[in-house]
Amino acid sequence: MTARIYLPEETLAGVLAKAFGNRSFLIGFAITLLVAAIALLSFAWTPYDVTKLVIADKTQPPSWAHWFGTDHFGRDILSMIMVGARNSIAVALVAVGIGMGIGVPLGTFAAARGGLADEALMRLNDLVFAFPALLSAIMITAIFGPGAVNAIIAIGIFNIPVFARVARAGALAIWPREFILAARAAGKGATQITVEHVLPNIATLLLVQGTIQFALGILAEAGLSYVGLGAQPPMPSWGRMLFDAQTRMVTAPWMAIFPGMAIVITVLGLNLLGDGIADILDPKSRRRR
Amino acid sequence: MTAYLLKRLIIAALTLVLASMVVFAVMEILPGDPARLMLGLNASADQVEVLRNQMGLNAPLVLRYLHWAGGLLSLDFGRSYTYSVPVIDLVRERVAVSLPLALIALALSTIIAIPVGVFSASRQGRAGDTLTMGAAQLGVAVPNFWFALMLIYLFAVWLRLVPAGGFLGWSAGIWPALKSLILPAVALALPQAAILARVARSALIEVLNEDYIRTARAKGLPYRTVLWRHALRNAMIPVLTILGLQFAFLLAGTIIIENVFYLPGLGRLVFQAITQRDLIVVEGVVMLLVAAVILINLLVDFSYAIVDPRLRGRQ
Repeated sequence: MTARIYLPEETLAGVLAKAFGNRSFLIGFAITLLVAAIALLSFAWTPYDVTKLVIADKTQPPSWAHWFGTDHFGRDILSMIMVGARNSIAVALVAVGIGMGIGVPLGTFAAARGGLADEALMRLNDLVFAFPALLSAIMITAIFGPGAVNAIIAIGIFNIPVFARVARAGALAIWPREFILAARAAGKGATQITVEHVLPNIATLLLVQGTIQFALGILAEAGLSYVGLGAQPPMPSWGRMLFDAQTRMVTAPWMAIFPGMAIVITVLGLNLLGDGIADILDPKSRRRR
Repeated sequence: MTAYLLKRLIIAALTLVLASMVVFAVMEILPGDPARLMLGLNASADQVEVLRNQMGLNAPLVLRYLHWAGGLLSLDFGRSYTYSVPVIDLVRERVAVSLPLALIALALSTIIAIPVGVFSASRQGRAGDTLTMGAAQLGVAVPNFWFALMLIYLFAVWLRLVPAGGFLGWSAGIWPALKSLILPAVALALPQAAILARVARSALIEVLNEDYIRTARAKGLPYRTVLWRHALRNAMIPVLTILGLQFAFLLAGTIIIENVFYLPGLGRLVFQAITQRDLIVVEGVVMLLVAAVILINLLVDFSYAIVDPRLRGRQ
């Protein structure tokens, strides 16, 4: 049996009704779904083959044949954006997984234990936060070699303290509550209480933070790829496309405009989705960032 | 209050020491021999060994750490392996670009964000609020380096108002130097301003619902005075927290932005040093940035005490 404090008397139908009335959620959900669908579609079909170089078609402006134009190798920008979506989503999603997988157990453990363990974890958090995340991500990928996997690790590491902090703060608010006292009286241990009562109650917080970190991960991945430390060619990535575009701003601005818009739309969608979820499930705690 | 400040100070110092150990350890486990790097591939093993001894690379780990960390305290970061000049000289040159850039960006973002946040909060739920917060939502989603490319296209390529990149140095005059920092600063500032405006708005809305705001209105103070004097001051704590975090972000953000605009700042220095395996430069710059972040956070903690008198009495 789990206790739910955010929605004591609400039913699934009630939550769904609220979701359909929430503009942020609807727009965010639609955009996110669209981006995910495009990424999936790219496995089966793209307008052009992104691995084929057609020098005769290089740096073509947008046209009916190439909606978003072509790059300096004659590759179709639209097709590259579709394939690039896979890379962005995969990197950001796994990085969120790393952050949650390690951060949440750490944070809930610190909250359950308190005292020295808690203090040690918070100081460790301070330590990680003292390193500007992007700088450290650049260092990690530069040291261990550029590539999508190392980019995931670099971004994931900085998600750990974020989730640890959110999970700890959330859990600390749950522990003094009466149903926890009841669970303790029933003879449940700290681990069991954490899994059965604390986690379900902080799931909303974690979900909202998850969408924020997902969006930040996509931005971070683009940044790393932009400086050449993320996904390596020929794998198309949005950041890499912007890097290629940089020296061609005068002759082929579309090479920069469309991949950038893909990033903006994706991140916007995720942020709206996060805002919407926060609103629907817990109107009181409007998220701050 | 003294106890509060003292505790923050001790935590900051402790974090700095731990951070220096982490940086030192990371550089220690990296492959690559600085002596070999300096002498080149043709040097004999004996020559390398002699240089290693000279550089103190054969000393025990703890001694080397203490030597390095002790040097940091007196701003001695060692000598660059590739440039053969003291790291501090390289850093000094580059800070003259990066620090003004980050400060201008921070100032710009604050100047834009606070009025927008106040405007939006005072019109909560109305068209003006929806419009500005929609714009802010969009601003949060824009990667600053892409925004930089768009600015270059618009203002440098198309309108030819400012240079597309490069930096002549402060010796070329204040105005030409500032001119080449404008676009990078705007590129860094606007996405940050969007975040800050959202924080300022939600903090203000929370404060505006407090009883003392109603009291202030009831005693006849004009809405403007209440908004800017009473409410804004009380909403400053979350705003200051984010400002502190943003400065750290801006310092790191300069790494990518400096690469977009070919600015010879700290970011480009550390990036080049990484690709050249000039680790002692990387160590120095990273420690400097980390120290800056810790210092800023400490200042933010101190400023809480100034902004919020309640904290002064607290132990």
